Amino acid sequence: MSATPSSTAYRQSPVSRTVAMLVLGVFTLYFLTPIWWLFIAATKERGDLTTTNPLWFSDVNLLENLQGVFSYGDGILPRWLLNSVLYAGVGALVATLLAGMCGYALAKYAFPGREVIFNVVLGGVLVPATALALPLFLIFAQVGGTNTFWSVFLPSIVSPFGVYLARIYAASSVPDELLEAARLDGAGEVRTFFSVSVRLMVPALVTVYLFQFVAIWNNFFLPLIMLRDESLFPVTLGLYNWNTVVNQVPELRLYVLTGSLVSIVPLIVVFLLLQRFWRTGLGTGSLK
Amino acid sequence: MSRPFRRRVQHKGAIAIFIGPFAALFTLFYLLPVAYAVWQSTRTVERSGTFGPAEEVFGGLTQYREVIADEAFWGSVGRVLLFGVVQVPVMLGVALLLALLLDSPVVKGARFFRLAFFAPYAVPGVIAAIMWGFLYSPNLSPFTGVTREVDFLGSGLVLWSIANVVTWVYVGYNMLIIYSSLLAIPGEVYEAALLDGAGQWRIAWSVKIPLVLPAIILTGVFSIIGTLQLLAEPQVFRTFSTAVTSDYTPNLLVYTTAAVPNQPLAAAFSVVLALATFVLSFTFLKLTQRRAFQ
Repeated sequence: MSATPSSTAYRQSPVSRTVAMLVLGVFTLYFLTPIWWLFIAATKERGDLTTTNPLWFSDVNLLENLQGVFSYGDGILPRWLLNSVLYAGVGALVATLLAGMCGYALAKYAFPGREVIFNVVLGGVLVPATALALPLFLIFAQVGGTNTFWSVFLPSIVSPFGVYLARIYAASSVPDELLEAARLDGAGEVRTFFSVSVRLMVPALVTVYLFQFVAIWNNFFLPLIMLRDESLFPVTLGLYNWNTVVNQVPELRLYVLTGSLVSIVPLIVVFLLLQRFWRTGLGTGSLK
Repeated sequence: MSRPFRRRVQHKGAIAIFIGPFAALFTLFYLLPVAYAVWQSTRTVERSGTFGPAEEVFGGLTQYREVIADEAFWGSVGRVLLFGVVQVPVMLGVALLLALLLDSPVVKGARFFRLAFFAPYAVPGVIAAIMWGFLYSPNLSPFTGVTREVDFLGSGLVLWSIANVVTWVYVGYNMLIIYSSLLAIPGEVYEAALLDGAGQWRIAWSVKIPLVLPAIILTGVFSIIGTLQLLAEPQVFRTFSTAVTSDYTPNLLVYTTAAVPNQPLAAAFSVVLALATFVLSFTFLKLTQRRAFQ
């Protein structure tokens, strides 16, 4: 930063460019080093983990480690990954559909109680998910539903934030004239929604999907409270469990690291591919 | 059909199909748990005689009196508040700085940096905490040169070590929110400032920051909610550090209390925590909005 930054930086002086690039470079190291380290660690033999350069390859052992981690404990890790895909992947899909329909109806139809419903749902955005976990457990316990797939899946498919986003987006991007035209053509309301309106709402729906996917994938408290049976765990809870016994079972250390890598790589790839949608969606979310 | 207000609502069937499923699930899995928690928090366990059977009865505000008197609870609330007062401004400050840099014409390769900064958001809190737990550890860390000298997992520093994990994960996400609202500013807005001879710093300070204030407020509210709910990261850190106790954050205390099991007290903790979250984010919203639009 130059001495008088306010008036000199305009001409893109080499000094301000260097400073800017330096700042960005330092933060790049901060954000990427841990991920790079995790990748390197997952390629190492058990013995090399603490004895060789942590940020560079020694004997590359990635395939053996992957085989090891996937088959450990009768292949429980693939099971956890599958569970996570079901909870987060399928759950977010259902959540997006429900929130999209509800938000759309709130935006496009006038009916008594519309604002009341919207405000109650909006209040739901501010209710922290962790505050719901314990009462949800007690409710599921009353009907004998704890420690089941549904005890984690069903609460995850409700997304008040999705309704909020879908309503805002539908109000501005689905023209009433279009719906009138479809009505004149004799198309039913539900069919019009699925054949016309959904297409116009795609950017918002992708955003809702991504948000909900991340929310479910990251949700730790609900599965922690609900599930006892290891085979129902999402991958985060499973790796957490492995990590708690690392001191007693040191061989697990490498598997915790390799498993962590396996669980985040698909996410990073999906995130980067869908980044365009993130930006449009986040822009919509902050326009109040 | 004959009553006039009935005819005004068209497409009732479609509305029911669109709203019904969400409304039903929202009632079951949002409204009902909230109501259940409130009801549960008014219960209390009574025993007839020392060895008599325990029985849950209505206890009015008994549990809330216990909450108010519970030092562990207020200790944990104080801890997350201290955490939030430092971590949230640091995180949002860094996010704003990075967003402004990426948006300025000075920077080359903005696309790469955007991806690099956003990547940690793909790492779930539990996994991020496990990774950093290893990085901090005096024996397992790749940087033992540093971690043998500085005790990141000791009682003095561990709160800030956790703060670093949260910051690492969420800076990129917040940066992207602010950045996308920077992109939404039309170019003409800058032209006047440029003609006046204002530099990039000046433009950032007097034009860009005021315009993206709503986005910053939004990230602020979400960050406050997140801070009060801290659970996964400290829970993971309990494996690495004895300094993180079972009542380290309010939610850890809820979890511990529910495991006792003392459901009514745990429910009362949850209710107070949810109310506090609501009040805090609402106040923050009102305060900043007033300042932003004056």
